[in-house]
Order: sequence, then C-alpha cells, then structure tokens
Amino acid sequence: MDMLAGKVKMTHQTVNSTMNPTDALERPIRLHAKDVTVHYGAKQALHGISIDIPDRAVTSFIGPSGCGKSTFLRCINRMNDTIEGAKVGGLIELDGENIYDPSPDVVELRARIGMVFQKPNPFPKSIYENVAYGPKIHGLARSKTDLDEIVVSSLRKAGLFEEVKDRLNEPGTGLSGGQQQRLCIARAIAVSPEVILMDEPCSALDPIATAIIEELIDELRENYTIVIVTHSMQQAARVSQRTAFFHLGNLIEEGVTEDIFTNPINKQTRDYIMGRIG
Amino acid sequence: MNSFIIAGLLLVLLGVAYQIGWTKSRGPVTTNGVKVHSRPQYHGSLLAIWTLVPAVIVLGLWAYFGGDITRSFTVAQIPTDVVTSLDQMGLNGAIQRIQQIASGYGVTGELAPYEQAAGDSLRSFQLLTFLCVIAAAAAAGIGALLYARSRITPCLRARNMVEQVVTVLLLACSAIAILTTVGIVASLVTEAYRFFTFISPLDFFFGTVWNPKFSSTVAGDYGQYGLLPLLTGTLMISIIAMLVAVPVGLMAAIYLSQYAPRKVRAVVKPVIEIPAGIPTIVYGFFAPVTVGPFLRDVGGLVGLPISATSALTAGIVMGIMIIPFISSLSDDILNQVPLALRDGAFGPGATQSETIRNVLLPAALPGIVGAFLLAVSRAIGETMIVVLAAGNSPVLRGNPLEPVSTITVSIVNQLTGDTDFAGPQSLVGFALGLTLFVMTLCLNVFALYIVRRFREQYE
Amino acid sequence: MTDIIPTGHRATLERAKLIRAGLGRRHLQERLFKGFGMAAIALALGFVALLFADVLTKGLPAFTQSNLRLSVTYDPEVIGVDPAPVRAAGQSDADFRAANLKWQRDVALLNWNKVVEASLRAAAPADYEIDSRQILTIAETNARHQIRDLFVADPSLLGKTVTVDVLASANADNWIKGNIDRELGDAQQQLSPAARGLIDQFKANGTISSGFSRSIFTNVDSRAAPAAAGLAGAFMGSFYMMLVVIILAVPIGVASAIYLEEFAPKSRLTDLIEVNINNLAAVPSIVFGLLGAAVFINYLHLPLSAPLVGGLVLTLMTLPTIIIATRGALQGVSPALRQAALGMGASRTQMVFHHVLPVTFPSILTATIIGVAQALGETAPLLLIGMNAFVASVPATPLDQATALPVQIYLWQANENRNFFEARTSAAILVLLGFMILLNAIAIFLRTRLEKRIREGPRNGHARRQG
Ligand SMILES: Nc1ncnc2c1ncn2[C@@H]1O[C@H](COP(=O)(O)OP(=O)(O)OP(=O)(O)O)[C@@H](O)[C@H]1O
Ligand SMILES: [Mg+2]
Repeated sequence: MDMLAGKVKMTHQTVNSTMNPTDALERPIRLHAKDVTVHYGAKQALHGISIDIPDRAVTSFIGPSGCGKSTFLRCINRMNDTIEGAKVGGLIELDGENIYDPSPDVVELRARIGMVFQKPNPFPKSIYENVAYGPKIHGLARSKTDLDEIVVSSLRKAGLFEEVKDRLNEPGTGLSGGQQQRLCIARAIAVSPEVILMDEPCSALDPIATAIIEELIDELRENYTIVIVTHSMQQAARVSQRTAFFHLGNLIEEGVTEDIFTNPINKQTRDYIMGRIG
Repeated sequence: MNSFIIAGLLLVLLGVAYQIGWTKSRGPVTTNGVKVHSRPQYHGSLLAIWTLVPAVIVLGLWAYFGGDITRSFTVAQIPTDVVTSLDQMGLNGAIQRIQQIASGYGVTGELAPYEQAAGDSLRSFQLLTFLCVIAAAAAAGIGALLYARSRITPCLRARNMVEQVVTVLLLACSAIAILTTVGIVASLVTEAYRFFTFISPLDFFFGTVWNPKFSSTVAGDYGQYGLLPLLTGTLMISIIAMLVAVPVGLMAAIYLSQYAPRKVRAVVKPVIEIPAGIPTIVYGFFAPVTVGPFLRDVGGLVGLPISATSALTAGIVMGIMIIPFISSLSDDILNQVPLALRDGAFGPGATQSETIRNVLLPAALPGIVGAFLLAVSRAIGETMIVVLAAGNSPVLRGNPLEPVSTITVSIVNQLTGDTDFAGPQSLVGFALGLTLFVMTLCLNVFALYIVRRFREQYE
Repeated sequence: MTDIIPTGHRATLERAKLIRAGLGRRHLQERLFKGFGMAAIALALGFVALLFADVLTKGLPAFTQSNLRLSVTYDPEVIGVDPAPVRAAGQSDADFRAANLKWQRDVALLNWNKVVEASLRAAAPADYEIDSRQILTIAETNARHQIRDLFVADPSLLGKTVTVDVLASANADNWIKGNIDRELGDAQQQLSPAARGLIDQFKANGTISSGFSRSIFTNVDSRAAPAAAGLAGAFMGSFYMMLVVIILAVPIGVASAIYLEEFAPKSRLTDLIEVNINNLAAVPSIVFGLLGAAVFINYLHLPLSAPLVGGLVLTLMTLPTIIIATRGALQGVSPALRQAALGMGASRTQMVFHHVLPVTFPSILTATIIGVAQALGETAPLLLIGMNAFVASVPATPLDQATALPVQIYLWQANENRNFFEARTSAAILVLLGFMILLNAIAIFLRTRLEKRIREGPRNGHARRQG
C-alpha cells in the first residue's frame, strides 16, 4: 500500500494546479513529508506517510473517521509533542529544514505553521486579547499601535472585523460559533504564519457560517499555504486544489483535487468518494 | 442473661413472621395459579416489620418505665418509718442493698429485719415482671402478625409497602445531617446568648484585651473578653499558612498536571497527599519540638528574635499541612480546563509556561480561588497545631515572630474540663465558636459556590 | 485589501528575526517556571520526608527500654501479714469480697519499697555506697506494685525468692540512652552521682538490659511511673470510639447518600441539604466538640470522658465525609446500568440495592475506611468533652472514662519529663500513624481486590483527547 502511495505521489518538484483557472501557476513545494509514523503508546496511528504540499494552495485531507488525518496534521506543527505517549517517526521538512530538528525550535515552528482547530476554542478573554495573543508572546509588535494594527488587519483578513469592531473588549466566548471560528482563524494569522493547518474548521458550524469560512480560505490561499482536514467531499472539491485520501493510517492516494474526484486511481478512494466506506 | 432471652424472642418472632409471610404468599400460586403482586420475600419482610414493631414498642416502654416501677416497688417493701428516717443518699443505699440481696450476691454487715423479706419479694417481683413483659411483647407481636397475615392477598402491594418503610428509614438517616447543623447553630446561639448576658457584644467583638478571670476572684469581675487579639492571631497564622501552602501547592499541582511524565505523577501525587491524612496532633507535636527551635536558631543567626512557639512556627507548619489540600484541589481543577483551550495557546506558538500562565491559570482561576478559600477556612478552624505551636499569648500585636493566641486555642483553654456552663469564663467558648462557625460558614458557602459555578462552566 | 502585515520573503525573514530575538528570554522563563514546579514538588516531598524522619528518629528508640532483672525475696520479716482469707461455708459473696479487700489493703500498706531496695542492693556490688532514697530512683516506682501483685496472686511466695523483670526508671533510661548530657553538672542531673554510677555498674553486670518495650502497648497511662506509661487505655478508648463510628456513621452515611442521590426529589430542599452537607464537611472539628459539650454532656447528661460520647461526636463529624464520598461513587455508576435494571422491571429500590450498590461497594468501602481513619486521628473535639482526663485504667465499656490515642499524644507531649516523654510521644505517634497506614492499606487492598471482581467499578476520569 505504501508502494502504491509512493507511485501516486507526484515525483517532480513542482505541482501543476491547472484545474483551477485562477491558479494556473506552478507552485514550489513548501512541506515535504517522508515515511511519517506515529505511535500512541503501543498503538500505531500512522504507517509511513509521504506527501508534498505546495505553496499557496489549499491541500485537503479526506478519509474515514479515525484514519489519522488529524494525527498527521498535528505532526506538521508538532502539536503531537503535547500529547503524552505520542511518538513521531520519519521526516517532515518545511522549506527543506527538518521541523523535528532541535534548532528552529518548536515555538518558532508554530509561529510559522499556525493551526485552527475543529471546535472553536477562543480564550476566555476579550476579542482583542485573543487576536493579540500570538503577536504579544512572540514580540512581533513594537508598540501598542503596531499591535492594534495587527489585530485589526487579522480580524479583517478573517472577515470578522466589521462584525466585532464595536466590541473588541468583550469576551471572545460571547460570539456565535461561526464568529468564534473566524476569531480563531484571526488569532492564527495574527502571527502571519506561512502555513495554516485547519482541522475540520467547519464541522461545528451551520451552512452559512461554513460558506463564509470557505470564502475566507479561498482568499487566504493567495498568501498562505493551507492544509485542511474535512469530512465533506463537497468542501474538499470546493476549496482545495489538491486532495489526499487517508485510510487506516495510510495515505492511499494524493493528487490534483479534480483528478481525485473524477478519476481516482485507487479502488478504496473511489469507494470512499462514492460513499461506500467511511 | 435477660438480654439474651429478649434478643432470642425477637429473633424467633422475626423468623416466624418472615416464614409465615413467605409461605402464605406462595399459597395462591400453587393452588390456582393466581399472579401475586409481590415476590414472597417482600411478604415475609412486611410481616416481619409488622410483628417486630409492636414487640419492640412494648419492650421499649418497659425499658423506659421499668426502672421507676421496680424502684417504687422496692421502696414499698421498706417500712415507712425507715423510709422517712433516711435521706436521699441513705434511701439509695438501702435500695441497693435490697437489690444485692435479690440478686443473690448478698451484702456485708448485719441484715436489717425487713431486708431479707424485701429482697425475696423483690426477686419474685423482678421475675414476674420480666415474664409479663416478655409475654406482652410476644403477644403484641403475634397479634400484629395474625392481623397482618389475614391481609395477605395476591394483590397486596407488599413490595411497595416494604419499600416505603425503607425509604422512610433512608429519609430519617439523611435528616441527621440537617439535625447536626441545627444542633450546632442552636447550641452555639443559645450558649453565646447566655454569654452576652454577662458581657456586652460590643466589648466582645471590639475589645482589644483578652483577660478572662476565674470566679474565685472578686464577685462580678469576670475579666475582659476582647476578641480582637485572638482574631488577629488567627488571621496572622492563616496568612502565613497560605503564604507557605499556596505557592508550593499550586506550583506542585501545575508541575504534576502539566509537566510530569505519567509514571512520575503516579508515584509523586499520592506521596504529596500523605500529609493530608496525618492527624493534626502530629503536626502539633512536630511544630514546637523541631520546627520552632530550628526557626529560633535561624533567627538567631540573622539576628532576628524568633520565639520557638510563635505565629510563624504555627503558620509554617499549618502551611505544610495545607499543601496537599491545595495541590490536590488545584490539580483537579486544572485537569477540568478543556484541552482545546491549551491547544489554542500552543497553536500560535506559546511555550508551555506561557500556555499555563496566560490561558490555563486564568481559565482555572475561579476554581482555584474557591480552593484557596476552602483552605483558608481550614486554617482558621485548625486547632491542635496552634494549641501547641502558637505560644498561647493572647495579646494584640502584629509581630508574627512572637507568640500569639487564636480563637480555637481560647476555645480549648476556656472549655477543657469545665462543663458547668455557668459563668462567662466557659460560655465565652461558645461565643468564640459562633464567631468561628460564621466565619468558616461564609468562606465555605462562597467557596463551594464558586467551585460549583466553575464546574458547571466546563461541563 | 490593504495589508498592514507585509508578506513575502523579506517580511518573513524580518519576522523570524524578531521571534528569534525573544526566544532566549522565553526559554529561560520556561526553564525557570518548570524549575519552580520541580522545586515545589521537592519541597512538598521534603516536608513529608522530614516529618517522617523526625518522628522516626525520635520515636524508634522509645520502643526499646531498659529493664532490671532482679532476684526478689519475699522476706517474712518485711511482709508481716495474715494469710489470705479463705472462703468459709455459708459466707455471702459480699462478705467474702469485703474480707479479701481488707487483706489486700493490709498487703498494700506494707513497705514494699524495702523489698525493692533489698533486691536492688542484692544486685549491686557488695558494699556499694548509696542511700535508700537514691537507690530506689533506679527502678521505676511501679516495681513495688508489680512485686506486690505477684504476691497477692500467689501468697505462697512468702519466704521464697523469684526472678522478676521490672522497668528501670525514666531517668535511668535517659541516662543509659544518653538522652541527658552525661557531662552536665550534678545540679542539673536528675539522678544522684551514686545512682548514676550504680546504673552503669548494673549495665555492665547485666542486671540492666535493654529490650523491646512491651509496656507501651500493654500498660495504661501513668504519672507516678513514667517509664511504665503505656497506650493500652488510650488504645481501648480509640477502639470503642471507632466501633461507635463504624456502627453509626457508616450505615447512616451510606443510607443518607442513597436517599439523597437515588430517591430524593430534586428540589430546593435537596439543594439546601446538599449545601448543608458540603458545608458540614468543612466545619472546623472543634465546633463539633462544642456541639458535643453542649448537647451530649450538658443537655443529655451523658458521662464526661466516655468513648461513647466521643464516638457520637466523631460520628457527626465523619458523616458528611462518608455521605459525600458515597454520593460521588453513586454518581459514577453508568446510567446504562440503571436503565438496564429499570428496563427489566426492577423497582427503584431494587435497582439501587441489587444493581447500583454492589458496583459502588468498593468505593464506598474505601471512602468509609478513610473517613474512619480521619476520625481516629481527631483530637480537638475530644478535648471539649473531657477525654483529656488522666485515666489510669483500661475502659471496660464505652461508658467508662477513657482517653484516645491522639489525646494521649497531646497529654504526653505536655509531660514535664521532656527528655523521656519526647521519645514516648513520638513512639505513640508512630503507633497512631501505624494504625492509619494500616487502615489505608486495608482500604487500598480491598479496593483493588473488589474492583477486580466488579468490572464496572468507577472508571478513571482521564478524558481522552478529542481528535
Ligand atoms: N491522544 C490519543 N491517544 C491515543 N490514541 C489516539 C489519540 N489521538 C488519536 N488516537 C488514535 O489514532 C487514530 C487516528 O486518530 P485521528 O484523530 O488522527 O483520526 P481522524 O482521521 O482525525 O478522525 P476524525 O475524522 O474522526 O477526526 C485513531 O484510531 C485514534 O483512536
Ligand atoms: Mg480528527
């Protein structure tokens, strides 16, 4: 199965996203993963994942529940470090640097690779504080006005500013679910990461809030490399340029979204997309 | 001997009643296949209850009145002229002699002419009454049994009745907890009220001198009962205790719940909680014998005059006692903060300590404050450590290096061994107790409220 | 879209530089914070270690004690007393007892110290110069009672010589163990030079030997004979109190927890009861002592210093703990089990007693044992109901005067003979701690045993991380 995944994987160093007319450029590879394995205690959750993720494009991970999508996503910004008993093997490179090397340390790495979680998790603090948190801890703002600017611009980018501009000092937990999730996105982009990882960002949201976030992802794509985990095939088709299909801890197939959905090579992928597994 | 007979009687009644109920309820089933509402055990139990209750009531009545009846019978055996010639003590002595004769043990000295006869008739009286009581109890039980038996029918809701009895018993048990509170409040308030008839509340609550005098001195001079020296002592020790316990306990909880590997946690957590199970008298011993002299010597080195028994000694030792209290409560509370919040801070690149300080602790703050208040309430009410280590010097002063006294110490001092609550000297214990109770009550209720709110928030 | 945060390669580098600049400080903070955590753990563990080390070093020596092995001669010259009364035919119980008591009184009036002194002198080197007051300070004052009691039990000893082991006095014990500075001047020493010298000789010739101090366990408290003071009375007092607590607090506590958790309608009233119980659990123990003094002693006129009353007070104190723990255990039972039972047509009572209680039994058991252990160590409330009285006998019933183990510790630590009683008190603490450890060990053992048998015991509350 690994062999198959290897064969399907693009071997050249650039990816052609010709399927999206607005994004016909050739994108360089941003993230490179090779033979990534994860063990939770005695249980192996990932069995050697190898994938390349292109710059400034949306890559989506799909697959049945429990197949290891979140686990792999969490490897990319080393969130698995915070789980007791989790062991990560293999190689993940960001711009050619191994992210598990000690030297660019995990704090710095996470500033470059941000993450948005499945359930909106704003801090029980004001909206302003939520967004300002990242820049503050990293010392990205030289002055109060700098910080204000960062907060406003992040909220703008997340499409939330107009809705909350009058109540920046109210607690972030008082927002609606969709607003909270956009607040979390704003919080993630406030440190201007290069890569944004999103783990089922819309699973707790209604269709309208989902549509807003999807639009937002499409806009963010211009400046960020985005990886999104989703259970909705339609969402993957709508927002992503590339799609990877996981099953039981393996990467089964990966390629241009259009190809995966119209013409999957692997039978399991086909079954999943047709709704026969998962 | 008698009690064995009585216990035997009750057991026999119980067994017979249960058996009868059991068999009777089976009757209809075997003969014509009627469906019985309740299982035989319940009929048995119901009958047993029916039987035992009247029997026990009869026995109880005898236990309550029997002594008086026997006594007046015995007095009646003594010639009237002898009775009138004796005082209360003498009469009791005479009665006791007759009882000893009746029991066959005998008495020393010459027998008075009436004594042997009185002893003999008392003996037969006792036998007679005992038999009567047994018979009455048995009759009551059997009567009730027969009545209840006649009511056993297939549709008798025996189970529901038995369950009702059980529920009432359970309710009675939980009423005891309420009664305890009522008892505490009632006894504290009434006795404190009596105290305030001697000493005005103003002098008590705002007095700055604590100097109770014992009754032997000039009549009407009870001394001074100012609460403030004790209150400051109590607060000073509690503050020192919290200064020791909060940083250590909280940091230990943080380290255990956030940093320590699972294996370390599994070993260290129970060990840290050991002090919570150690009786406070042990700390009380430890404080003046080891900690106090150590502090005094350290103070001597740096030129500070620290008494071996002082607010500092008591406070530090009490702090040690409270550490596990704080650490285990804080640990619980930190573990209740959702992991998602932690991830939210790790996500944009916070270090672990930043995550803890900026997100975890603020989120857990209400719960932790609740835990602290509970700990303060414990410190205020702690007795044995301060009795032995605080130095028992009820003088209003602010220096924690000198001996102080506390509310609890004074309660112990004023009330040990003295139980005729007649003067303010002992009654003041209840006024102090009331003060203590109200203080801790406010702290507890407030703290429990905060903690409950916190739990609900993250449920 | 106007963009205040610049993007592009240069901006990225710029930002990375800013982040790196702060990293050193942040990592230092991290290490410091973690260091504080470890220091806190070390402190907390250190306190535990220190406490135990202190009590152990002080208390362990008290478990060995100096004994004197004496050859006691029941010299008829000294013991001039009528033969013990024999029961005459037709004599009433009362008369015989009176005669016996009179004989014992006569025996007690004899100068038994003479017998003790004679046997001490017999063991001493010939013509060792020491006066009789001084030589008697070597043996504990209860030696004469011990020797007398042997005679009362067996009057035929008259004229015979037997070997008797008696305790060396507390001061002699201190001298031998070095608990008192041997270099101190005579004025500060408790024993005269002659007595000290003789003790050393006794030590050398084997008359004094140190052995396991049985007296701590078998004797009652004693003021006149400190070396003979033991915990037997206090132990019995504590035992009766624990009995009362177990008989009353456990069933009542479990029953009220069951009622509140399973039967009580959820209402304002039950809310109030809940608050009330939670609060009771945090009421200072001394307040329960006040309650006991006012209600049990002053109002109901129950006897002072009685273990029954102490047990009642401790029962009231322990109840909330047991109720709360039991309720916690009941809450931990999965709703599935309840629904399964109810679904099979069980009544509420049947569900509770047949299905829910058995599953929670291990937790309830553990909680009650821990509650009882807590009651065992409680001191303050007992002081207010007179249990700090000096009692030199083993209570025969829960209504007799008695002390309790923790109260005995309180009494002993106040004894003026500090050199001796510091160790005795520590030994008593060790005994008390030993009981508490035993109780907790039993709780843990039973819990693991029972939980193995009942699979659905309360689960560990470790929430699995959400993916
Ligand atoms: N903290 C953990 N401890 C132990 N096992 C875990 C942990 N997190 C995940 N797993 C296991 O690893 C496997 C992969 O989980 P993961 O959360 O990555 O799945 P997923 O593809 O994200 O599923 P979903 O779509 O339901 O979110 C699962 O079998 C899961 O049980
Ligand atoms: Mg997932």
